[in-house]
Amino acid sequence: MSVDTATVAKIASLARIKVSEQELEAMVPELNGILAWVEQLGEVDTSGVEPMTAVIPNTLRLRDDVIDADPLTGGDKRDAVLANAPAAEHGFFGVPKVIE
Amino acid sequence: MTEITELGVAAIRDGVAAGTFSAVEVAEAFNANVAAAQDALNAFIVATPEKAIEAAKATDAKRAAGEALGPMGGVPIGMKDLFATNGVQTTAASHILEGFVPQYESTVSQKLWDAGAGLLGKLNLDQFAMGSSNESSHFGSVVSPWRRPGSNAPLTAGGSSGGSSAAIAARLVPAATGTDTGGSIRQPAAYTGTTGIKPTYGRCSRWGVVAYASSLDQAGAMARDVTDCAIMLESMAGFDPKDATSLDLPVPNWTAALSGDLKGKKVGIPKEYRVDGMPAEIEAIWEQGIAWLKDAGAEVVEVSLPHTQYALATYYIIAPAEASSNLARYDGVRYGLRDLPDGAGLQDMYAATRADGFGAEVKRRILIGTYVLSAGFYDAYYTKAQKVRALISQDFAKAFEQVDVLLTPTAPSAAFALGESNDDPIAMYLNDVFTVPASLAGLPAMSVPAGLDAQGLPLGLQIIGRPLDEQGVLNAGLAIEGRAGFTAKPGKWW
Repeated sequence: MSVDTATVAKIASLARIKVSEQELEAMVPELNGILAWVEQLGEVDTSGVEPMTAVIPNTLRLRDDVIDADPLTGGDKRDAVLANAPAAEHGFFGVPKVIE
Repeated sequence: MTEITELGVAAIRDGVAAGTFSAVEVAEAFNANVAAAQDALNAFIVATPEKAIEAAKATDAKRAAGEALGPMGGVPIGMKDLFATNGVQTTAASHILEGFVPQYESTVSQKLWDAGAGLLGKLNLDQFAMGSSNESSHFGSVVSPWRRPGSNAPLTAGGSSGGSSAAIAARLVPAATGTDTGGSIRQPAAYTGTTGIKPTYGRCSRWGVVAYASSLDQAGAMARDVTDCAIMLESMAGFDPKDATSLDLPVPNWTAALSGDLKGKKVGIPKEYRVDGMPAEIEAIWEQGIAWLKDAGAEVVEVSLPHTQYALATYYIIAPAEASSNLARYDGVRYGLRDLPDGAGLQDMYAATRADGFGAEVKRRILIGTYVLSAGFYDAYYTKAQKVRALISQDFAKAFEQVDVLLTPTAPSAAFALGESNDDPIAMYLNDVFTVPASLAGLPAMSVPAGLDAQGLPLGLQIIGRPLDEQGVLNAGLAIEGRAGFTAKPGKWW
């Protein structure tokens, strides 16, 4: 499978990355090179193989249903959460107008 | 007396405890080396001399009060700039996180401070840990302290933990943290004559570590010898309820059980790692490693890992897929860079911010990842890769029915010159051909320096162990270390 300029433009839009015409032109052969290279996996017979999701057997834990069980990741951290925001106002994240 | 900056973790800790020198003297000595090398090596993104002194003063005060010092007491270290450090800029070597100052501490770095370590600074790396040469850093490439004789051509310190490996080799730090997704601890260690271990997936918490590929990312220790790696890893590892994939198991006392005696142990030599066009010197050092392990009492047998040749392609589907998902969080809203073109709406802001904030290799991987996860291609690429990953893991499981550890070269060559292979992504990916398979299987693996090539550049040997058998890996590493007698260090030109 290979990609053309329109496909790469679509992927970039899905990934929310603005790309110039020039960048698109350069990316198409690069991505095709990588895609052609991973094509080799087609040679491997994987019939009946379960896709691997965990490398080391481990069960997903549930935490206790307690508020602020871990103070590090609990609530009441508004100022810390907003400390690195590019535009924080009135205790909220500021964003450009979303609704016309 | 040996210069303080020539000492490793154990020697510094013991020296401070015995009163041979104070922790502040140690911090000052390393701070001076860090400052003197910054322009030439570019190993640090941010140096924090005051933090190192602060931790050292606390250690000296504890000692004066007669309190016990921790296992890393008085040891200043470098921290890969992928670990969130409270109040100290954390960038993942990217523009998008430039100026980001975490309000919290990663679990691994907190454990190290609790063990008595201090922070010399945040180390340079490949952007978002994506790379094998440190050339993708927004803050410029790291330059290896090693050079080819009679040449000033700057060499790579490897990647992605190239700041860590360069700093250790150049005596700027006695030890440093690294992270390993596909070889990012082991390959830089091999290129710089240093030692690095990536533990079993889940041993070290990923909480507070900037994510690249979550099913592969694992923090580990880098230092100048096996014992120092063991001490440091013991301080870093341990269960963390804040990481869903953290292993709820006690951390063994690896240091106490270190032994280079391999009597009764079996070492496997995977025949598929003999790749076409491998330099004769890599072959030779591998043979030498086999002889050393036999000398240590081990029985050496050939094993087969039939799916080895598919590991890289599998990795370059799975890692970008996970990265494309992980890096979706950088949107210009909550932290980091924001690019807001005039009159732009939210979607335009996202696209402009990410275009400006990510480097070329990061974008390449996000796009590949987005593509292989997109409707209609998910099964053909991503599910297929997960199935091959299962087969690669099974290969290892079968081999470990016969042997205790595996021995391979760490990298297919010695360090290359900066700029030598960064115009061809796939050529760059091939540097990790020997390290990626163990990552895909979540296995503990380490690189130890084994010798020099004809040009005087370091070569490393890799040991891969069973899941949770860091001890077996460290012990085989110790056996090689004791016989290799690797004492070479880069001549100081900076």
